[in-house]
Amino acid sequence: MSGLFEFLISDLLTVSFAVAVIGAATPLLLAATGELIVERSGVLNLGVEGMMLAGALAGFAASQELSYAVGIPAAALAGALLALIFAFFSQTLLTNQVATGLALTIFGIGITKLIGEPYTGTPLEPMAPLFSESLQQIPVIGPIVFGHDPFVYLSIVGILGTWYFLFRTRAGLILRAVGEDHSSAHALGCHVVRIRYAAILAGGAFAGLGGAYMSMVKTPQWNEGMTAGSGWIALALIVFATWRPMRLWLGAYLFGALLVLQLRIQGTGVSVGVTYFLTMVPYLATIVVLVIMSWDKVALRRHAPASIGKIFKPAS
Amino acid sequence: MKGLKAVLASAAAAVSLTAFGPASAQDDPFRVGYIYVGPISDHGWSYQHDQGRLAVEAHFGDQVETQYVENVAEGPDTARVLRQLASSGVDMIFATSFGFGDSVIDMAEQFPDVYFEHATGYQRADNVATYSGRFYEGRTILGNIAGQLTETNQIGYIASFPIPEVVRGINAFAIELRRVNPNAEVDVVWVNTWYNPSLEAEAATALIDQGADIIVQHTDSPAALQVAEERGVYAFGQSSDMIAFAPDAQLTAIVDDWSQYYIDRVQAAMDGTWASTDTWDDIDAGMVFMADYTNMPDNVAQDAEALEHAIVAGQRHPFQGPIYAQDGSEIVAEGQVLDDQSLLTMDYFVEGVTGSMPN
Repeated sequence: MSGLFEFLISDLLTVSFAVAVIGAATPLLLAATGELIVERSGVLNLGVEGMMLAGALAGFAASQELSYAVGIPAAALAGALLALIFAFFSQTLLTNQVATGLALTIFGIGITKLIGEPYTGTPLEPMAPLFSESLQQIPVIGPIVFGHDPFVYLSIVGILGTWYFLFRTRAGLILRAVGEDHSSAHALGCHVVRIRYAAILAGGAFAGLGGAYMSMVKTPQWNEGMTAGSGWIALALIVFATWRPMRLWLGAYLFGALLVLQLRIQGTGVSVGVTYFLTMVPYLATIVVLVIMSWDKVALRRHAPASIGKIFKPAS
Repeated sequence: MKGLKAVLASAAAAVSLTAFGPASAQDDPFRVGYIYVGPISDHGWSYQHDQGRLAVEAHFGDQVETQYVENVAEGPDTARVLRQLASSGVDMIFATSFGFGDSVIDMAEQFPDVYFEHATGYQRADNVATYSGRFYEGRTILGNIAGQLTETNQIGYIASFPIPEVVRGINAFAIELRRVNPNAEVDVVWVNTWYNPSLEAEAATALIDQGADIIVQHTDSPAALQVAEERGVYAFGQSSDMIAFAPDAQLTAIVDDWSQYYIDRVQAAMDGTWASTDTWDDIDAGMVFMADYTNMPDNVAQDAEALEHAIVAGQRHPFQGPIYAQDGSEIVAEGQVLDDQSLLTMDYFVEGVTGSMPN
């Protein structure tokens, strides 16, 4: 146990640990931010994993063929493009959202495998950090604040911007109103379908960026299915955060920390059972949050968008 | 475009099967199916098996027709895929992951006319053969190189699952590492997956942060090498030559070459001389070979080559005594070597390995 204590102070409270946590959390944060916007508008899109893969492939391919500056918007665009398919089916053709979302994930896995074939096994130069060398060399603050690639800053701007948009702007208020009660919002003259289209596209763009972080920064390579379930963790993260942006931000870093921790704690000689438990914690925590929320019907209504997953069919 | 063709070909095969039922005519090509645990694009384990499949196609031409199913999950899904292949009229199936074993035995009973071959397995039946490479010989060479090059005396080892194959690799590495450098230690991190680039990268980062200056992996993607390249430490490729991903970090790689085995076995099955054998081929037989020794001083490369020759010549056995367990007790006495049965059931760590084994 002395090994464990030593580990806690010598390894956990280090700059490299913080940097690793940010790296593990960023794709989750990006994807979950997008899905938060979607779910707040009353739509459940389970296609996050598929859209992440589309972004991962587009970002990698565009970076390799052209440049990183093209890769980032290409990733967002590819995610949004896949989201457009979902929007068309779920909002225009009024298909079941759960089934359509699942289909989108399966479609995303397949289509990226097919198109991405020529890119497998080809390397990509790692992306340079955004800030200059001198800023990064400031002790502690340097690597934590200035040491990252553009995606990390994008994810933070994204979640802060989403918070501001949802709770401080009129457009955000309308989006939330649509998510709570689409019939009332429609009666008040809101364009429910149009707003949901916009939310779904934004969600796709964020998911695409989350995927691109993995193929452009974390492991600069393209491989089919390389997001390996991150999209599902992002979905769990939203429930864990009870649809609140700031809790989402915190939750993403918490999930990231657990992931990094279970790998690092193995070096201390603790039982491997402990690391298995740590791997489960994000899911356990999500279930616990769900149970606590469901306990109190009022609280549940206050947190989850009331219209989520429901089909909106305007009375003509 | 290769992917598109494969998809179209398998779609066409599916269509023709449903239309005409199992093949029966005499001049039909001999049909061989492969199932892979990962994608053939992993540039590691599954990729090398697929290279073997392509070698079979090139060797036999029109006489043999191959097909493959990739990303087959170990478990109930394995049986489903095997049944599908067998009932579609495939004559021979190569199942290329340890975890496929139980399903292979089950299906072999149900399809007694199909030849089954299970890679890295230990369960055989009348129509089930097993085969593997003595990859641990390569691990010994990695241990030699790492022992000479490490400055922090800490080697990070990314391990997949606690099966004998992986444990044996860790031990072969650690034994030679300690022989060359008694102060060096191996830190093992289990990631519980064969293929998850992001998690493999995460594990490599954790090990380097904790002081490792050489990374060894027993997982299938080149992600850990990329991290090593970026962090300026050394690493070894796994299953195939991964130098393209880490031109300054890869020291060498243990490469699997299944081509000759696959050609021989398909030939035997076609001739009717196939038997349920247990093949465990080594560097000498060509099933395992080492990628170029790069990014190291000449004398280290020469030592590695000399060791490789000694292993091939049978002068050195990776598991020759004295070998000590983690707690310091002697497992193998001086002058003795572990027999194959002990190697195949290995479930303990040797001295020099830190970390525990999940069970």
